[in-house]
Amino acid sequence: MSSSKKSTPVKQLEKVPTGIGGFDEITGGGVPKGRPTLICGGPGSGKTLFGMEFLVRGAREFNEPGVFMSFEEKDTDLVENFSSLGFDIDDLVARDKMALDYVHIERSEILETGEFDLEGLFVRLGFAIDSIGAKRVVLDTIEALFSGFPNEGILRAEIRRLFRWLKDRSMTAVITCEQGNGTLTRHGLEEYVSDCVILLDHRMIEQVATRRLRIVKYRGTTHGTNEYPFLIDEGGLYVLPITSIGLAHKALTERISSGVPRLDTMLGGEGYFRGSSILITGTAGTGKTSLAAHFANSVCSHGEKCLYLAFEESESQMVRNMRSVGVDLQPLLDNGLLHCHAMRPTLFGLEMHLVGMNKLVRDFKPSVVIMDPVSNMISVGSAAEVKSALMRFVDSLKMEGITALFTCLIFGQHQDLTDMGVSSLMDTWLTVRDIESGGERNRGLYVIKSRGMAHSNQVREFMLSSDGVRLVDVYVGPGGVLTGAARLARESKDRQEEKERAEEIGRKQRGFDIRKLSVEAQVAGMMADLSAQEKELEKIAKEEANRKARADRELAELARQRHAD
Amino acid sequence: MALSGDNPLMGEEENANETAPERRYELRLYVAGQTLRSVEAFSNLKKICEEYLKGRHSIDVVDLMENPKLARGDQILAIPTLIRKLPEPIRKIIGNLADTECVLTGLDLRPRKS
Repeated sequence: MSSSKKSTPVKQLEKVPTGIGGFDEITGGGVPKGRPTLICGGPGSGKTLFGMEFLVRGAREFNEPGVFMSFEEKDTDLVENFSSLGFDIDDLVARDKMALDYVHIERSEILETGEFDLEGLFVRLGFAIDSIGAKRVVLDTIEALFSGFPNEGILRAEIRRLFRWLKDRSMTAVITCEQGNGTLTRHGLEEYVSDCVILLDHRMIEQVATRRLRIVKYRGTTHGTNEYPFLIDEGGLYVLPITSIGLAHKALTERISSGVPRLDTMLGGEGYFRGSSILITGTAGTGKTSLAAHFANSVCSHGEKCLYLAFEESESQMVRNMRSVGVDLQPLLDNGLLHCHAMRPTLFGLEMHLVGMNKLVRDFKPSVVIMDPVSNMISVGSAAEVKSALMRFVDSLKMEGITALFTCLIFGQHQDLTDMGVSSLMDTWLTVRDIESGGERNRGLYVIKSRGMAHSNQVREFMLSSDGVRLVDVYVGPGGVLTGAARLARESKDRQEEKERAEEIGRKQRGFDIRKLSVEAQVAGMMADLSAQEKELEKIAKEEANRKARADRELAELARQRHAD
Repeated sequence: MALSGDNPLMGEEENANETAPERRYELRLYVAGQTLRSVEAFSNLKKICEEYLKGRHSIDVVDLMENPKLARGDQILAIPTLIRKLPEPIRKIIGNLADTECVLTGLDLRPRKS
């Protein structure tokens, strides 16, 4: 062992991708090439699956044939068990991509009578490797040998020799080990595998099972030291990489409509930023889901994909309910743009949800993800856990440029406080608040924050009708902020007052008009009188002129008759 | 190979001795190459057979170096392994067979010590 330790180079090890979702990312490329990797874990932690997937994916995706040497399960059982995961092992065996060897050890049949070695195992393994030209080897679970052979000293020496032998043959090996009590492996095999040790854990926290993976040791390489949650589903193993994600996502400037035109106006006129995270908080029944459904509807009607993670309602229930506010989601579900995934949060642990959601995102490739409501997650984890899980989810979505909308139910008076303190993770935070007055309950919508855009500071009344969500200006006036019927009453009263004022002005105007007319009439009368007098005067003057002329003429006539000279 | 070369078949000599009734012993010894241990095991086995199973046994030596495929059939891991094919049930005795008492117990030629 010491000699192999010395020979280990300090430089980065050459790695072989396992093909296991997420695992290659957290290890920076996979398991060390041509070296044994130890997988420890308790019963049912997924060790065999890890090994098998390593081989199957190696054979399928990287053209590296592999040998699976099982010390526990019969080869026929293995084939059967893994066919449910879509691993057609029979086919791989038939194509010489894989060899299965079941090593059966029956303690009662074996009697030790002196010195021995495990050359038989070496021969079998060597034969299997040579028959298909294997590059990968899985030994599952080699510790079964300890129950079969009483002489531990020989066994240890032989296992050590086996690991060295595998290394000499440049086999990339995965060796599974049962986890011991307080130790990584029951028989201390981690001593012999110095390069890479991975621990699989299957833990129960408050009756909820969570699977976790931890890289205990990985010589000559950097790796995350956290526990990574992983999932086993119909596609095999999937590890969620968490620490590889930094705050390095690109901020997109493109906008995406919220589905409510008036809300878009409140958000700087164009809606949310693409790739941002949006939180809608509100007490029960304030229309958070309706807002989310409008968004989904708007996204899908633009031909983009939307993933709707529903934690409260089933798909059909949601479709029915949203129809009542004028959003028909059924056609969107039918044409595949909307994918609704309804599940109870208590179905499994938080981490499993996270992994599951990541996998859904990876498979469906939506441009928008909606989680409704995220507050239900609190039932499967503490506030801090939920926050950290959500943070990772939000980050991973941001990395992909996926817009995420979360709704969150809040209680009581502290309407600005979310249960989990998730609001700081969000770029845009809308809150729908009950405004109770005059014996009725109305909804007010606020934009509490919206990073990177000029957003409205106004409260809008949020109305749900069969035509959809409508945002109306609230009444702001001397009577305070009013909504609903009170707003309508106040508005109508205001209108009445306005009308009365208008009528008053009208009346005064008319009075003035009349007065003006009468004054004008008087003026006209006097003017007429004046002009009549003027005419009279003219007439007199004219008659006088005439009389004078006549008198002159008569005088002249008289003079002529007198023959004056 | 030398071992299989002088692989003796001594089944014809009917010479029942004091142990057990007339049962034929069919034995197979798995080795891997001519290692010291294999040679020891073979000579030990031969000695025991001569002494206790004279005339009613056959020994078949399989060298896994030559026939690696055969290791799987009898689930061989340890080398050397002696398999008692007959009489039933099959029994496996591993090691260089140096402990004669132990071998005899394994072959049911001695009553097992509790």
